Amino acid sequence: MSRSFWVAALMASSLALPSAAQAATDAELAEIREQIKAMKENYEARIRALEERLKAAESAPAVVDAPPSAPAASSGAAASTLAAFNPAISVVLQGGYADLSQSPTQFGINRIQTGEDVGPGPRNFSLGESEVSFYGNVDDKFAGALTLSLTPQNTVEVEEAYGLLTALPYGVVPKFGRFFSGIGYLNEQHQHVWDFKDAPLAYQAFLAGQYTQDGGQVKWVAPTDTFLEFGAEIGNGDSFPGSSRNSNSLGAASVFAHAGDDIGANANWRAGLSYLETHAAARQATLPDTAGNLAQVSFAGTSHVAIADFVWKYAPTGNSTDTNVKVQGEYFWRRESGTLTYDSNGALGLTQAGAYSSTQSGWYLQGIWQFMPRWRVGLRYDSLDPGDPDYGINNAILATPPSHPNKATVMFDYTPSEFSRFRIQYAQSKTRPEMTDNQFFLQYILTLGAHPAHKF
Amino acid sequence: MHAFPRRLIAVLFAIATAPAHAALSVFATMPEWGALVETLGGDQVKVYVATTGLQDAHHVEAKPSLIARARNADLVVATGAELEIGWLPLVLQQAGNPKVRPGQPGYFEAAAFVTLLDKPTRLDRAEGDVHAAGDPHIQTDPRNIARVATALAARLAEVDPQNAESYRARYKAFDEKWQTAIERWQREAAPLRGVPILVQHKAFTYLIAWLGLKEVGALEPKPGVEPTVAYLSEVLATLQRQPVKMVLRAAYQGDRASQWIAERAKINAVVLPFTIGGDPEAKDLYSLFDDTIARLLKGAQ
Repeated sequence: MSRSFWVAALMASSLALPSAAQAATDAELAEIREQIKAMKENYEARIRALEERLKAAESAPAVVDAPPSAPAASSGAAASTLAAFNPAISVVLQGGYADLSQSPTQFGINRIQTGEDVGPGPRNFSLGESEVSFYGNVDDKFAGALTLSLTPQNTVEVEEAYGLLTALPYGVVPKFGRFFSGIGYLNEQHQHVWDFKDAPLAYQAFLAGQYTQDGGQVKWVAPTDTFLEFGAEIGNGDSFPGSSRNSNSLGAASVFAHAGDDIGANANWRAGLSYLETHAAARQATLPDTAGNLAQVSFAGTSHVAIADFVWKYAPTGNSTDTNVKVQGEYFWRRESGTLTYDSNGALGLTQAGAYSSTQSGWYLQGIWQFMPRWRVGLRYDSLDPGDPDYGINNAILATPPSHPNKATVMFDYTPSEFSRFRIQYAQSKTRPEMTDNQFFLQYILTLGAHPAHKF
Repeated sequence: MHAFPRRLIAVLFAIATAPAHAALSVFATMPEWGALVETLGGDQVKVYVATTGLQDAHHVEAKPSLIARARNADLVVATGAELEIGWLPLVLQQAGNPKVRPGQPGYFEAAAFVTLLDKPTRLDRAEGDVHAAGDPHIQTDPRNIARVATALAARLAEVDPQNAESYRARYKAFDEKWQTAIERWQREAAPLRGVPILVQHKAFTYLIAWLGLKEVGALEPKPGVEPTVAYLSEVLATLQRQPVKMVLRAAYQGDRASQWIAERAKINAVVLPFTIGGDPEAKDLYSLFDDTIARLLKGAQ
């Protein structure tokens, strides 16, 4: 409550500043308009005079050289920048409509604990997350970025807020603050650039959508012609599969490596390997029990997540504007061990803690085809292997029969310009053995303002 | 046993801090700048060109290969004027190479050295893909290439002072040859003066200004906005009053709109290479303009 209040207050004050500045510049604007008008008249008069002279010189050589500009050849010549000193500000508006055959309040994955904000989202019309982001250079050594997410429940979340040290040589780029971790492929990308409305099941199951690091990261790009990048991160581990622990010791650490290159002029790829370790003290999640209830469970212990990812993009002659193909897949593996408390909120009246260990995995594979400019179609298949978790003393209540959670998705979208997109998506989701959810979505994504470029 | 980690660290350090190759490593965003750097730099430079003549320079992605090359570059040569805004800033940010960051001598923007045309009077996304600084497609006028060459030769000499003399000498030779070529192209292109034309995308502002062609209209209702049949019909109607000789498009663009109008208005649809590699004839800076003018003359017949 108090956190969102302060964030909102901060935002309100930051929004108030530019409007005050604007009032001050209105007079200047009028003055500039006058100057431009005068200049225009001046130039029109000159052009008329030139036209007269041109008529007179009709017999002169056919090609008239334009007056040469005087290039400032000194190396310090200013590179053109758009936003003088203001950070680049952009807004993403999202929303849509959902028709779900199963109640989203009953969303759960058999044998896998799912954190907050996981599942298909609400039924009917709804507003998605609206994003406001600011980006700019701090000084000659640092750049900074802030992305706020305004939820439909009228709360403000800080999605990313980081500083970037850009002055180091040898391909070293440190980052600190709150940021989407560099693990996996999709994790670092903002939700509005995903090719489907929702995250793959594996991301939902193992990272509760996206893993956010509150801490620091160092990336190093190797001095090779083939792209090789290595990164390491440390953080507090507050984000799922960790939880806040009220502890001075590290809550999360990760390492990752990426490689990538072109294949001729038409195709390019990137592949990666990542590893994440997090510690949880009282991680709240939901888990279907043997009675068919969605129980609240609390986990304390350690999670190890490993991810292998790849993406391959193809466009004839390398010109993706007309048609292109993108294939991407990721494999997840997670081992957890610690203590699991069943019915941690006491809703079922059976609160009981027991030892817990599991080894689970999952993957997805998706393909997107832009078959003509602005129109794309996509397919995705999700599969999870929940393994055989050992709940210790809670086995009797939690050891549900084995199943193979999976989901098949098809989407179709139209992109009128690079700043707007409209999508239809249909999915058949079988995350609980007794339930098949037929999900139908309509979605819009609008981007306003100076939006920074998207990652590969 | 003890020596192993130390040796490993030494090796890693050597790799990490390995000096660039003896030749100056140059990352050029567009084929025309790549060719210009090669002309001015000769053996002293090693050039990597980020895009081809068949790619839409506005819509390139910040690919891994580009990050790797920018990481090792001593000099980045870009068009500027926001042409590469969708990818170059991100590539440079991820490359971890402060030498080539904007503002450093290792970052060169060609558009800073020419007079930009078509500066928009209204900056609004409702106007389509507008470039705030003006039209960035400066390479279609060879006089702009000459201006950029002057500045680029000076910049090469600045970032690689050891070979400054060689850059100066090569520039002098190039400039003489280039000015002669410009005169020849202007003579050859004399019949094009005042010829009315259509363009598919407003990409030829500088070419049109140079040769004195008369741009009657564009097929895109707003820059970068795909034309509808209704809009093309409107353009077709205006051709009744104001006939044109041909419709121009760049090699990287789809041909649907210009074919549609060319068939109905009985005019020539002319594909221009736009940059080096846009068609098989445009192999270098000279043949780029030879071919452009030959195609225009053919289209004007």
